[in-house]
Amino acid sequence: MRALNRKLFRDLFALKGQAAAIAAVIASGVMTLIISVSTLDALSLTQQRFYQDYHFADVFADLKRAPDSLTERLREIPGVNQVETRVQAPVRMEVPGFADPVRGLLLSIPDGRQPVLNQLHLREGRLPDSGRSDQVAISDAFAEAHALRAGDGLRVIINGRMTTLRVSGVVLSPEFIYQIAPTDLLPDYERYGILWMNRRALAHAYGMDGAFNNVVVSLQAGATSAAVIDHLDRLLARYGGIGAYGREDQPSHRFLHEELRQLRAQAVILPTIFLLVSAFLLNVVMGRIIRSQREQVAVLKAFGYRNRDIAAHYGMLTGLIVLAGCALGVGLGVWAGTHLAAIYTEYFRFPELRFRLQAWVLVLAVAVAAGAAMLGTLRSVWSSVSLPPAEAMRPEPPARFRRSLLERVVPDRWLDQGTRIVLRNLGRHPAKAGLSVLGIAMSVGLLVMGAYQIGAVNHMLDTQYRLVLRMDVHLTFSDPTPARVAAELRHQPGVLGVETYRSVPVRLLAGHREYRTAIQGLDERPRLRQLLDAGRQPQSLPPEGLLLTGYLARDLGLEVGDSVQVEVLEGHRRTVRLPLVGVVDEPLGVSAYMRRDALNRMMREGPVVSGAWLLVDRSLEPALFERLWDLPGVAGIGMIADAERNIREYMGDTILMFALVFVLLAGSIAFAVVYNNARIAFAERARELATLQVLGYSRAEVSAILVGEIMALTVVALPVGWAIGTGFAWALNQAFSMDMFRIPLVLTPGAYGFATAAVLAASAVAAVLVVRRLHRLDKVSVLKAVE
Amino acid sequence: MVFETRGLTKTYRMGEVEIHALRGVDLDLYAAELVVMLGASGSGKSTLLNIMGGLDTATGGRVRYRDQDLTRASDHALTEFRRDHVGFVFQFYNLIASLTARENVAIVTDISRHPMAPEEALGLVGLEDRLDHFPSQLSGGEQQRVAIARAIAKQPAVLLCDEPTGALDSKTGIRVLEALEHINREMQTTVAIITHNEVIGEMADRVVRLHDGRVVDIHTNAQRRAPAELHW
Ligand SMILES: Nc1ncnc2c1ncn2[C@@H]1O[C@H](COP(=O)(O)OP(=O)(O)OP(=O)(O)O)[C@@H](O)[C@H]1O
Ligand SMILES: [Mg+2]
Repeated sequence: MRALNRKLFRDLFALKGQAAAIAAVIASGVMTLIISVSTLDALSLTQQRFYQDYHFADVFADLKRAPDSLTERLREIPGVNQVETRVQAPVRMEVPGFADPVRGLLLSIPDGRQPVLNQLHLREGRLPDSGRSDQVAISDAFAEAHALRAGDGLRVIINGRMTTLRVSGVVLSPEFIYQIAPTDLLPDYERYGILWMNRRALAHAYGMDGAFNNVVVSLQAGATSAAVIDHLDRLLARYGGIGAYGREDQPSHRFLHEELRQLRAQAVILPTIFLLVSAFLLNVVMGRIIRSQREQVAVLKAFGYRNRDIAAHYGMLTGLIVLAGCALGVGLGVWAGTHLAAIYTEYFRFPELRFRLQAWVLVLAVAVAAGAAMLGTLRSVWSSVSLPPAEAMRPEPPARFRRSLLERVVPDRWLDQGTRIVLRNLGRHPAKAGLSVLGIAMSVGLLVMGAYQIGAVNHMLDTQYRLVLRMDVHLTFSDPTPARVAAELRHQPGVLGVETYRSVPVRLLAGHREYRTAIQGLDERPRLRQLLDAGRQPQSLPPEGLLLTGYLARDLGLEVGDSVQVEVLEGHRRTVRLPLVGVVDEPLGVSAYMRRDALNRMMREGPVVSGAWLLVDRSLEPALFERLWDLPGVAGIGMIADAERNIREYMGDTILMFALVFVLLAGSIAFAVVYNNARIAFAERARELATLQVLGYSRAEVSAILVGEIMALTVVALPVGWAIGTGFAWALNQAFSMDMFRIPLVLTPGAYGFATAAVLAASAVAAVLVVRRLHRLDKVSVLKAVE
Repeated sequence: MVFETRGLTKTYRMGEVEIHALRGVDLDLYAAELVVMLGASGSGKSTLLNIMGGLDTATGGRVRYRDQDLTRASDHALTEFRRDHVGFVFQFYNLIASLTARENVAIVTDISRHPMAPEEALGLVGLEDRLDHFPSQLSGGEQQRVAIARAIAKQPAVLLCDEPTGALDSKTGIRVLEALEHINREMQTTVAIITHNEVIGEMADRVVRLHDGRVVDIHTNAQRRAPAELHW
């Protein structure tokens, strides 16, 4: 069948524009799947390996101080495998050449060697030498942010005393894959670092000789963390333990877990939508291309080619296009996936990222794309071969035209012949026109969804930083501090407003569900940290009772009026019941709120606070910071503007990056669909249009008919596409609600406008390309060729 | 006997109206004979030829090819029948636009048992120097001749030609007829030719006339005339 193969390649070449467009649709679908799944896979695989190879602990506990002799008793807890006791100290640092205050956490490691749990991965240099008290290993993110290398000096204030330490090495830890300060939402590597030094030296400097204030344990196979946590809590209570917790509450793990969850949602929903849309389009477009070859099918059949030969022939045509599309999609997907995964390693510090392409992803992508395209192909081949060849070889049965509905409504003289032809062409094949409309509408929908993601993320951040967090500076104290500190802060240079808060770590229990968080005790009407109600208006706090982030309340299955069991993890460690008196609408983070005086009463303490929010005069900031650092008891100073910049960067690098890739893919799909529609319309009308030109219609008039048809389809598709896009956005929104943030379902007119403009532009380009083709059309040969 | 039709009818339904293209045709075609079919436009010639060639199925009646009943043959059986036994020349040529003259012939020789070389077939219709031209680069008559080369190249047992000379001047027309006659004589191929040209009837063994879906006259020529002797 050599001649048939030659026909295959000639056809493919003749269809090159359309074939390329179809390949682009396939590539987009395949690429989406590969990016999403392999980024997710790379992160979770890397995480698993890191945890395993470096012995990430299962349970963690902080306490005030316990003697080393307790270690043996910890080891005897049933279910515990290994125990690592540590000294940890919050520190302040001065980094040469960096003006802003830097906070840090200094952790102990056994003298000169790796701990049993949470081992360190050395990126550079070595661990502190045995017996040395002036060496630290530092986290690689922190080292990178300040270009610190092994051998560099660092001034660290431990327990109020400044010492100069030398960097012995740069390390990574499974405990700080996501390295974040306790009160922050996102990492700030410049202003927060983790350091490790020899146990004896740190214990000495921090007044912890022969004692520890932090313990991590691993579990025996089959043991549950809940039992061990209970046991630990009981043992550590008299040593000032503030509640042991499992991996799910370990900040780094929790965040990574959330991120993976979000990626998983994205990895399911986006490729599903993309692949379904591409499958639909492939089916329709390939079907129509094959149908335009109906007469050739009949000729082949008349000469004795069997149905399966013909199916194989067109199957091969489609197969080559699918193959090209898949190859392109896999190539681009792996390339983009590696890059996106690399972006994530900016935020998640792993020793190395393990990227792999799993066979099932490939198989699935190719199967969906090939399946859809083949279905469209074979459907059309089938409908062509099932006609007797004599009938199929005749030109399509003369169509029965009718006056279209519009023509019947609109007075005759308003419509010229061209418009009439457009209307009747569309009316003649309502099913075909309907599929074209649906195809374009789907691509409009994809664009709306992409634009929605970008718009909604910005809307979410605007809400958080314009309406919720209205302070400039966030101060945390190392210990509860008398509330009168507010007056003192108010007199600092440049301070325009002060509000204080009390924060108490708690475990919330409702039914069988529990959640570890902190209760924020606020003023009756907090102005620097607003609590929004469902209508996004600031609400004030009732004298008693608890408010929860709406998302958390729903997650715990609570409604206003229910009572919540609150297990206090600090001080007296009592369990109390509080009524839920309201919910707070906030897009980032989850928390619990109550009046500060009520919280103080619950804690059986005087009016004390854990931190303060300041409104400041930016021009006086440097002077202010100098004074603040010298205040006793200040553990941390956070600048909201920095945090906002960080989170915007993070979103920009991750979610928005994804969204952008998808918008580009959606755009290419939109173009592919519109262009293919236009080309097919052109092929179907070539003869008619040539006839009109021969009859004396000008090029412009004839072009107007073709363009009119393309544009008419697009215009009808737009509102349908808006509706589809709204549906897609809703599906995405459902998948995207989690602890760290909830992207709201806000569809701005901008999202619709963007999608509309993009599709209109694609239509315009397609129209120009087709009109150019029309102008090059050899009228005589078209008329000569007998159909 | 090669073909035998009895009471063959074909009805097309176009919405409300029924068109009776064939209204009961009884016709026999014999081995190695050359038959010319004449009739007014719309009299059912193409319809009859298509049904005999297995391109279409009848509404009623019977059609046999040798000992094979085509009336109730499956789509698959009809395909095999066409592949192994029949060569067609279509009224509207039906060349494949993306293939050259040579390749348009090869598309048939690729799947037949004892084909001529495509070049040889094209030589028989005088197109040996247009082998690599695409249909769009050929005149209507040249396209017609490619279609004939395509039909004869497989050296079929029956050759069904729907107006093979319709678009040709008399000189080329005669060359084409010579090619058909050559096949008929040398290979004992049964040839049926549809035409509007009465003169061509003189080269036939028999002339069949159709009118309004019926065979109205069968005339046997005492003597076949060579195509070269024909004039129009
Ligand atoms: N697929 C079809 N659908 C409807 N009517 C048809 C179809 N094919 C043929 N006819 C009708 O059947 C009748 C016979 O057609 P046919 O093509 O056999 O005529 P013909 O003798 O070959 O005419 P011509 O010399 O013009 O080619 C005509 O009236 C034609 O309109
Ligand atoms: Mg005819």
